[in-house]
Amino acid sequence: MSANGTSTHGRTVRKLVFLVVGMFAFGWALIPLYDLLCEITGLGGDTGGQYTYDPADTRVDRSRLVKVNFITNTNAGMTWDFWSDKGGMRVHPGELNEAIFYVKNTTDKRMVGQAVPSVVPLTATDYFHKTECFCFNSQVLEPGEEMEMPMRFIVDSDLPPNVQSISLSYALFDITQLSGGQTQLEAAGHGSAGGN
Amino acid sequence: MSEVVEAGHATHDDHHDHGPDKGLARWLFTTNHKDIGTLYLWFSFTMFLIGGVLALVIRAELFQPGLQFVNPEFFNQMTTNHGLIMVFGAIMPAFVGLANWLVPMMVGAPDMALPRMNNLSFWILPFAFAMLISTLFMEAGGPNFGWTFYAPLSTTYAPETVTYFIFGVHLMGASSIMGSINIIATILNMRAPGMTLMKMPLFVWTWLITAYLLLAVMPVLAGAVTMMLFDIHFGTSFFNAAGGGDPVMFQHIFWFFGHPEVYIMILPAFGVVSQIIPTFSRKPLFGYDSMVYATASIAFLSFIVWAHHMFTVGMPLAGQLFFMYATMLIAVPTGVKVFNWVSTMWQGAMTFETPMLFAIAFVILFTIGGFSGLMLAITPADYQYHDTYFVVAHFHYVLVPGALFSIIAAVYYWLPKWCGRMYDESLGKLHFWLSFIGVNVTFFPQHFSGLAGMPRRIPDYALQFADFNMLSSIGAFIFGFSQVFFLYVVIKAIRSGKPATDRVWEGAHGLEWTLPSPAPYHSFTHPPKITDAEAHS
Repeated sequence: MSANGTSTHGRTVRKLVFLVVGMFAFGWALIPLYDLLCEITGLGGDTGGQYTYDPADTRVDRSRLVKVNFITNTNAGMTWDFWSDKGGMRVHPGELNEAIFYVKNTTDKRMVGQAVPSVVPLTATDYFHKTECFCFNSQVLEPGEEMEMPMRFIVDSDLPPNVQSISLSYALFDITQLSGGQTQLEAAGHGSAGGN
Repeated sequence: MSEVVEAGHATHDDHHDHGPDKGLARWLFTTNHKDIGTLYLWFSFTMFLIGGVLALVIRAELFQPGLQFVNPEFFNQMTTNHGLIMVFGAIMPAFVGLANWLVPMMVGAPDMALPRMNNLSFWILPFAFAMLISTLFMEAGGPNFGWTFYAPLSTTYAPETVTYFIFGVHLMGASSIMGSINIIATILNMRAPGMTLMKMPLFVWTWLITAYLLLAVMPVLAGAVTMMLFDIHFGTSFFNAAGGGDPVMFQHIFWFFGHPEVYIMILPAFGVVSQIIPTFSRKPLFGYDSMVYATASIAFLSFIVWAHHMFTVGMPLAGQLFFMYATMLIAVPTGVKVFNWVSTMWQGAMTFETPMLFAIAFVILFTIGGFSGLMLAITPADYQYHDTYFVVAHFHYVLVPGALFSIIAAVYYWLPKWCGRMYDESLGKLHFWLSFIGVNVTFFPQHFSGLAGMPRRIPDYALQFADFNMLSSIGAFIFGFSQVFFLYVVIKAIRSGKPATDRVWEGAHGLEWTLPSPAPYHSFTHPPKITDAEAHS
């Protein structure tokens, strides 16, 4: 192979290696891109972070009632009890509401739990705002400890008229190992792939 | 094989060339594209037999309802490793082996562009598969999460040996990437003068496009398994909802790799069939240009259809419609190809030697697999078909009588050029009919059991599926043993076949047929002159 030929190969190989490195980077870039997509479209029932509420600005639509259902699940291997005070409620769009959720550590070990929310239908995710939610933090419970967790939310008055019922589901995960038993879990809740 | 090549070299003595080294060193240190092609092909055949044994364990267990031979945990390891070994160990290396043997001869190049890297890309494969297969003998067991290794099955709930699997996949990916760079550099830079891109044989074209697909998606797969590694060992939460990640994202990343991957396994098959059908129809390929454009279109479309594998995870209606229509669009370029093959045969002076039989079976059975793919593309219907044996029937129809039949056809077609001896035609035909009957008896009933609701990846099933499964198992054993017979046919040809002529087939066109049979160890050290007769067939 002549020197000329070798340098031709060199140029080709450089371009191809560049493509490979680029695609490897693209694979990792899919993660923030996916989060961005979920945020824009409401895919995955992602309800966004804490909502700042200004009562003066908020119009309450008394003419309309929307049913909000609460669903509580514990993930496989999570032994805590997890329930809400009511299975659901009827709310006026624009109104601030409160529901109480409870967790109980039924084991004899100190554990850390993290609830991950999801909303259906997907078209409602942009119109469901939480001003306070236990899912923004993780919960540390001593053996046998029970905790009362308030969740305050507003259904936006711009909610599309065809949505008459919204289901809010929480899956509770055991993150004792993941968190190293520590309480700082804002990081987990608002991490790179986060979005409570 | 080595004896034959050496003997061939002695008869075509060339003072400028040195022959191959002797003994094991020849194979370990070889940089010769023909040696490396041979290594790839034997390696892939070995993996094919291992993967086949795992398939027969599956079919033996499913012969009757109830648990007979293996426990469910082991059954899961069988399905997973059967898939991984067949995809990454049998089909892909076989096509790379064919590319090594044929691409330099077809474009009139003396060797591959980067011969030492070529050696490396082969020799890391045995290590990759040794790592993967060794896990089956470990206490924790091998991978058991399906060949698609969805998180969290492959992370939170994976056996401890998953790290072997991850590094095995890294090595396979590195091998594929190096092989692809080599193939692209060879095709772009080493064509003989006059061999313009649009004169290249279609096998070369399909491999050029396949190599680009590999370079685009193998790094994404490497990224996905690296994220798994981080989740498992370094406490990250890419795919762990508890830590803010998303397991569905794994499926998106996997299928962004996985869908182009299925075309990686079929485009070179299209190339092989496009070489064989014109030869035995004694007509030039119908619609050469449209074949090239169709291949490129399929490659492009393969990047925008991945989510049709995951309709049931939940996605907006717009997404479902987009992925459904995009998927159906692939039927257009694929249809162009099928019609071109049929038109090539139309009014040709056809003969039905073994390679042609396999090629015709490819066209018919691959089309059946394509049609069941179209059924699966219909989003609302997919909710019924998803994860049933209908899917199993679909992808086995495109991979076994599709990709695999094309590889077998290629071996029968080019074996006389490789070793200088003909295979026994009646044994070849017997092998074809056994395989053809075996493959249809195995996989056709799976359409019905799937439509009736039998889920895939289960070791036991409800009684109403018993007859279909028994039939499937009988077919699988016929098919499996007929591939051992294939080994016998090939070895018999290499050891005692009748000497082959240089052109081998009456209707063969292309540069490789201008070389003596067997092809000398070094060919085209001086670039050949390209005449129209030697351009693509």
